[in-house]
Amino acid sequence: MNGAQDLGGMMGFGPVAPEPNEPVFHARWESRVLANVIATQALGWWTGDRSRFARESLNPGFYLTHSYYEIWLAALENILAAERLVGADEIAAGHALRPARKPDAVFEASNVVSALTRGWPSDREPQAAPRFKVGDKARAKNMHPTTHTRLPRYARGKVGVVEIVRGCHVFPDASAEGRGPDPQWVYNVRFSARELWGEEADPRASVTIDAFEPYLDAA
Amino acid sequence: MPHDHDHDHHEHGHGHDHDHDHDHEFSELSDVALRVRALETVLAEKGLVDPAALDVIVDTYETRVGPRNGARVVARAWSDPAFKARLLEDGAKAIAELDYGGRGGEHIAVVENTADTHNMVVCTLCSCYPWPVLGLPPVWYKSAPYRSRAVIDPRGVLAEFGVRLADDVEVRVWDSTSEMRYLVLPMRPAGTEGWSEEQLAALVTRDSMIGVGQPLAPGSVA
Repeated sequence: MNGAQDLGGMMGFGPVAPEPNEPVFHARWESRVLANVIATQALGWWTGDRSRFARESLNPGFYLTHSYYEIWLAALENILAAERLVGADEIAAGHALRPARKPDAVFEASNVVSALTRGWPSDREPQAAPRFKVGDKARAKNMHPTTHTRLPRYARGKVGVVEIVRGCHVFPDASAEGRGPDPQWVYNVRFSARELWGEEADPRASVTIDAFEPYLDAA
Repeated sequence: MPHDHDHDHHEHGHGHDHDHDHDHEFSELSDVALRVRALETVLAEKGLVDPAALDVIVDTYETRVGPRNGARVVARAWSDPAFKARLLEDGAKAIAELDYGGRGGEHIAVVENTADTHNMVVCTLCSCYPWPVLGLPPVWYKSAPYRSRAVIDPRGVLAEFGVRLADDVEVRVWDSTSEMRYLVLPMRPAGTEGWSEEQLAALVTRDSMIGVGQPLAPGSVA
């Protein structure tokens, strides 16, 4: 969706402001938000792609004026409400007011390190042969889905060159909607800065994206 | 290293003693902190999260996973050409030789800086970052100024970080739009011939592995 998350090329945010000796978390609640997001996602009822979609579905005014972990918190609350797991009234009360459905297994302390170390790889068996090969020109589609996508607006309609074939991976556009992994080929596609930003752009700069096959047409 | 931090240095007192935030801190907790505590309480009462598991998750990212991991990977690549070849071929697989891997870095590509090419990593759409080797991303990496400008004005952003490239150096920006995460392999500083991996790792900053910094000069570390 064309939400506030799709920031590439926007202007007006000012300089990058690194913080010297930045701590991993700026407050304890930030660390608990991260941990609750990971632990609830590990229940297997929704995917990381859906979590991202919940964040980018927040009102742009909210998204651009709240901190990273405030965005994560708001999106988690929205998913938990939509899944009828935790209601706003329960958060206000500070206690459970009704039971929720039970998971097959809670994400237990003894499993955390091994699960995090294993991770959740996104590569899958190919369902078809790849349409593109290294060196092919490809045009990113001019598409504006109202659902989750990983094709940034700045690349849409632009022509790039396939540099690397990444293999077949879970398709976020489907996964975010609960439509399963729907594996798709992923290609690293390079666009010159002039293709993306016009003739005034740096002649010795380029941007690559990793594009899922449904994002691309032959060019 | 002005933009860097080390997991040994930060400490705000949280993360290791989770019993301390009860009554005496109650009045100091912000609205958002209270909301998070309420949410966690409800989730735990419903059997949806195990608070002890949450503690382990936090501890992992506060103390075990951070940019020193990536620095070791870079130092080994500088020292061992065969490892470097494997690293550039399949980053995650080679990085697993050092026992790093997992969430947020299941798939890692390593991109090499050369005299002709400078690489820089961003995630314009969210905050994708190679967790197993760099830890959690700093705020600036996740924030609108960096995410908006890295793709349209990379040299301007680099200049703000103090990285000035010759005009004939090509800048390649890698926007992390899939689950492939990126680690920059910076150029080994001159004057480090014969250095051990441990000595070399001390020169490798977090920012140099994102592509918004250079490794430290050999004279800057004892």
